[in-house]
Amino acid sequence: MNNNRSYFLISCMVFGFAFLYVPILSLIIFSFNKSKLVTVWAGFSTKWYGALLQNEQILQAAWISLRIAFVNACFAVALGTLAGFVLARLGRFRGRTLFTGMVTAPLVMPEVITGLSLLLLFVAMQDLIGWPQGRGITTITIAHITFSMAYVAVIVQSRLSSVDESVEEAALDLGARPAKVFFVITLPIIAPALVSGWLLAFTMSLDDLVIASFVSGPGSSTLPMVVFSKVRLGVSPEINALASIIVLLVSMGVIAAGYLMHRQQKIRQRDIQFAIAANK
Amino acid sequence: MAQSTRATPAQEPWNDPHAQPYIRIENVTKKFGAFVAVNNVSLNIYQNEFFCLLGGSGCGKSTLLRMLAGFDSPTSGKIYIDGTDMEGTAPYDRPVNMMFQSYALFPHMTVESNIAFGLKQDRISKTQTTQRVQDILELVQLSPFAQRRPHQLSGGQRQRVALARALVKQPKLLLLDEPLAALDKKLREETQFELVNIQEQTGVTFMVVTHDQEEAMTLSSRIGVMNAGEIVQTGTPTEIYEYPGSRFVADFIGSVNIFEGRITEDEADHVRIDSEEAGCSLYIDHGVTTTSGAKVWFAVRPEKIAISRDKSDADENCTSGTVQEIAYMGDLSIYHVELESGKRVRVTMPNLVRGVSDAITWDEQVYLSWRPSSGVVLMA
Repeated sequence: MNNNRSYFLISCMVFGFAFLYVPILSLIIFSFNKSKLVTVWAGFSTKWYGALLQNEQILQAAWISLRIAFVNACFAVALGTLAGFVLARLGRFRGRTLFTGMVTAPLVMPEVITGLSLLLLFVAMQDLIGWPQGRGITTITIAHITFSMAYVAVIVQSRLSSVDESVEEAALDLGARPAKVFFVITLPIIAPALVSGWLLAFTMSLDDLVIASFVSGPGSSTLPMVVFSKVRLGVSPEINALASIIVLLVSMGVIAAGYLMHRQQKIRQRDIQFAIAANK
Repeated sequence: MAQSTRATPAQEPWNDPHAQPYIRIENVTKKFGAFVAVNNVSLNIYQNEFFCLLGGSGCGKSTLLRMLAGFDSPTSGKIYIDGTDMEGTAPYDRPVNMMFQSYALFPHMTVESNIAFGLKQDRISKTQTTQRVQDILELVQLSPFAQRRPHQLSGGQRQRVALARALVKQPKLLLLDEPLAALDKKLREETQFELVNIQEQTGVTFMVVTHDQEEAMTLSSRIGVMNAGEIVQTGTPTEIYEYPGSRFVADFIGSVNIFEGRITEDEADHVRIDSEEAGCSLYIDHGVTTTSGAKVWFAVRPEKIAISRDKSDADENCTSGTVQEIAYMGDLSIYHVELESGKRVRVTMPNLVRGVSDAITWDEQVYLSWRPSSGVVLMA
């Protein structure tokens, strides 16, 4: 009985993992395909990686995407932290529900609507105050900040609500002014949330196609936009190579983060054990 | 029950009409919406006092503490610390420090930086800060742990870091919110005496909030018993225990037997009460100010009742019943005796000798008696 069940469980697991990873695996395998036809295997080759390095358009798009993602992540963390702090610490104030709803609305708003409304706003602003001039990297960055900020706000809020408020009160009680308490006590304590918020904002921006398409201008195509337009003309093996590199970088990042967190957890556990043992 | 030995007459400023209170709480009321958390509380606390606010959860004691610290402001009323009105003074400007129930240590700082934090805010010189941190670490016996982080400490050590951090600024008033609640029983008993020692050594005025009556009895010079936002009685531990002012206080501090009755004789030096519940006439050697025939309650502590098989000669302060339950606690035994009226009485007897063969047992008919000075008459 037990054996049967474990066979069942194992096949479930195999099926689940296959569902998730076979597409990615086939993508990686076909990135080493010699043939120009994506679906026909014609022997091993790394020539598409070479071709990718020669492809100015893709490289430039990747560079633009990374720059936008970086600036976006920094602004989103700054603004999102402020919003999350207000949501978690200001208690009940008039219009709190409205404010919460407004902060988190971009999480559920269809991207098409966000993109369109931002486009309309940018056009109107250009007519009225002359800024931002045209559409480009600036408008994409602003658009990305609007929705990634909401994610950071939610992360910071949930982290803050699990932090004992009396820690901040203790700092106040010991003579630190509220602004100092925020920078010296609150921020260091929620630093892990800020890091994960930053990474999430970075990834979201790197990933976004729809909103960027609405608010981009000539010469500011992001990587997802370039990839998507290329795929429409037929999948090029270069895209496979690019995707494989991205998968490699992402998994390296995830593994490194996992390892660091695991190690920190272990050190902490050991410290706690030590403290308990020393007390006996 | 450990009794504080510090309440000698020379140290009782609250009985001295010329003494200036150090902390004055005047008609303080705090409302949260329609809920009245603290209701018209007035309280004087004197320098070097170890004052305990005692009450059940939700009685308003923590709210009162938070108003002293400046985290909440009174809806009405005034708080004076060392003669200064505290209205509009932010927590970071008050000469008050607080030790939080959760200790609220800064998790990203070492023990040393935790303690130095308050001194840094006052821009005290580096050498002096180091010196004062060292001194206080020695006082709480944590010198070897200066470089540890809070999560590397045991509960008792964390408690002492929190105390050191609040004390190092030498506040005029130290507030302690359930300081021992998170410790296990044995550690709590040790720490109680340590806390009293530290208070005596530093000379800081302490104000403790607790729900643990034993803790309040051990620690404090005076106790303020709170119920439903009001202070129902203030007094030394002895006064509160031996002369409770109401049934609530009598019942809240220790255990007590309460009999309902009517006054039949009311003189300056004694009272007689007829109580159906007790099944006898009660004679008490202190007078009360009420009219004859008024409904009153008589309270007597379990350890002040004698239990015996033999009927005593007196026909007052003596009743009989059957033993329903016996609990052997080691140092003493608790008897639950049911009187003829159906009232259950709790009696405790110290176990003075080992293995008594003819000890009082279940379902036995016993006589209970007490002296005229054993109990008190309560009007409310």
